[in-house]
Amino acid sequence: MSLGLGVAQLVAPNAVRRISGVDDSPTSRAVVPLVGARELVHAAGLLTSRRKGAWAWTRVMGDAMDLTALGVAISHRAGQRRRRLLGVTGAIVGITAVDLLTAVQATRSTATSGRGGPMELTATTTVRIPAPEVYTFWRDLQNLPTFMAHLEEVRTTGDRTSHWTAGAPFGQNVEWDAEIVDEAAGERIAWRSTGDADVPNAGTVRFVPAPDGVSTEVHVVLTYDIPGGPVGKAVAKYFGEEPHQQLDDDLRRLKQVLETGEVVRSDGAPWGKRARKEFPQRPAQPLSDDELAKGADA
Amino acid sequence: MRANTWAGRNKVEVRDVPDPKLLNRRDAIVRITSTAICGSDLHLVDGYVPTMQDGDVMGHEFMGEVVEVGSDVPGDRLRVGDRVVVPFPIACGACGACAAELYSCCENTNPNAGIAEKMFGHPVAGIFGYSHLTGGFAGGQAQYARVPFADVGPLKIESDLTDEQVLFLSDILPTGYMGAEMCDIQPSDVVAVWGAGPVGQFAMDSARVLGAAEVIAIDKEPYRLEMAERAGHTPVNFDEVDVRSRLLELTGGRGPDKCIDAVGLEATHGSAHIAAFDRVKQAVRSESDRPHALRQAILSCRSGGVVSVIGVYGGLVDKFPAGAWMNRALTLRTGQCHVQRYMEPLLRRIEAGEIDPTRIITHTLPLDEAERGFELFKNKQDNCEKVVLKP
Ligand SMILES: [Zn+2]
Ligand SMILES: [Zn+2]
Repeated sequence: MSLGLGVAQLVAPNAVRRISGVDDSPTSRAVVPLVGARELVHAAGLLTSRRKGAWAWTRVMGDAMDLTALGVAISHRAGQRRRRLLGVTGAIVGITAVDLLTAVQATRSTATSGRGGPMELTATTTVRIPAPEVYTFWRDLQNLPTFMAHLEEVRTTGDRTSHWTAGAPFGQNVEWDAEIVDEAAGERIAWRSTGDADVPNAGTVRFVPAPDGVSTEVHVVLTYDIPGGPVGKAVAKYFGEEPHQQLDDDLRRLKQVLETGEVVRSDGAPWGKRARKEFPQRPAQPLSDDELAKGADA
Repeated sequence: MRANTWAGRNKVEVRDVPDPKLLNRRDAIVRITSTAICGSDLHLVDGYVPTMQDGDVMGHEFMGEVVEVGSDVPGDRLRVGDRVVVPFPIACGACGACAAELYSCCENTNPNAGIAEKMFGHPVAGIFGYSHLTGGFAGGQAQYARVPFADVGPLKIESDLTDEQVLFLSDILPTGYMGAEMCDIQPSDVVAVWGAGPVGQFAMDSARVLGAAEVIAIDKEPYRLEMAERAGHTPVNFDEVDVRSRLLELTGGRGPDKCIDAVGLEATHGSAHIAAFDRVKQAVRSESDRPHALRQAILSCRSGGVVSVIGVYGGLVDKFPAGAWMNRALTLRTGQCHVQRYMEPLLRRIEAGEIDPTRIITHTLPLDEAERGFELFKNKQDNCEKVVLKP
């Protein structure tokens, strides 16, 4: 919604000033487009940032600025203009309340997931492939890094045992051994880390036939026991911002790989699962040979 | 290669950019012979659609010759040398949406699905040259384009029809047609179409082809209304008459049986106080679109009629006439066009001479003059209806 106001203030500053009753002041001519630009920054921040708490608070501060400016304007106006200003002020008081609530909630959820201790993530997707095939793909654990962003490599070391390596976001590469603790062919796989893993973790994936008779619902539950210390901090930081988004994106890529054969790439996001974030992207124009050769890390 | 790029709000610029390369195994590279400027390109240029970046290659209506194919494109589907029209939604052909022929809702082709999901609840398909919200795919206002899922989307043209006859199969002709098809037209139907831009014109032609008794064109630009009139439709100029009264007069007081909104979020008409109200709503952040045409269509439609929406909306609207919709048993249908579903049947209608897509072309320019093309189209200068660019 920031977008709507921001666009209006930038595209039609005069109309906005007239409607809100401040069209008689030269200051408002400069201030209204600036406020519009600020709204666009907020909208972009909220849409693209994984740190919504901070962005939500900047909105609350912006609202406070609006209210102050309107208060000053009201005390200098009378009649029709004053009535229009009062109407707009009423609306902004309401919006401020909503923004405040959002900011408080966003901050609260960041705080709880940022601490150490166990963290559980769930996500689900529907893949248009029969359950036994999805199961077979997942049961070959070496396939997991093709769609899970933070996994570098999974090497199977026995029928039920494997060695996992996770990449840079965990700080230094983090490695651990894992074992499958429970499975039902075509239906379910459960695993957990073994030994003294830096980040003890466990997961379950269930493959449930969808009502259409063709597709499979994939339900994933992951738990991480986040320790203290620098590794714990790095893990908490990585997962603390938008953990569910990470897992949702992983499952989206699983669906792409199973349904279309590979991770879908665009010119703006050409690196498949190696892209750490959706934004900022490179422009949507073809890559030069150089950029293509250097890859995502360049 | 040369390509028309977004260069900031209200600014496009033809620049040198790298040639496209295959990124996925089902990609093809197409050398573009004809491309067009679409009404929705204006929303991108205006900054109404968020997530554009400096350097984004624009354009989602294009056709040309295949010059390279990826290793997983079956030879019986597409080969180097084939002449193809490329549909604007990128569809994988394998997901649940594609299986239901809802190609513009493809679940796999938007690499930025996470962001689209926040805007729309569920993500939508990737689209060429149409912001990073729809995937960040380079567009077709260029000499070459990379076409993902080349084995699913592109339509081969094997007859000797001209580019001008088949180019609009990529977007505006199927879009207009879908608008009419969603109306479930009966032989006695009077169909009113809001907006006589390119999509509106094709919605009118399609309503006629599907058997409507009469088609009414609503716009304010005399040249657009004349264009519709020449094609046999009844013009209504909303700058000169009250639309609802005129529609009642034309339909014996019933209202049009079927209404098509081919305008979308940038409508500028509607009564003065509603327009002012919308601006205030935008100003206090509770509305991002201006649904004049949609409101008027719902209020004008006869009871039990269908309102079909093919005009582009991006965000939230307020003062939606839910009372009229519910109490008068209206059906509301909409969607970004599922182009892949309509290309072949419409190609046959073009071959049979039932539809003449060339009638709306007013300007043909070299690609290097894209900027002027946008100016002409945006400001409706020189009676501009549709601009075709030649790379
Ligand atoms: Zn278009
Ligand atoms: Zn699909």
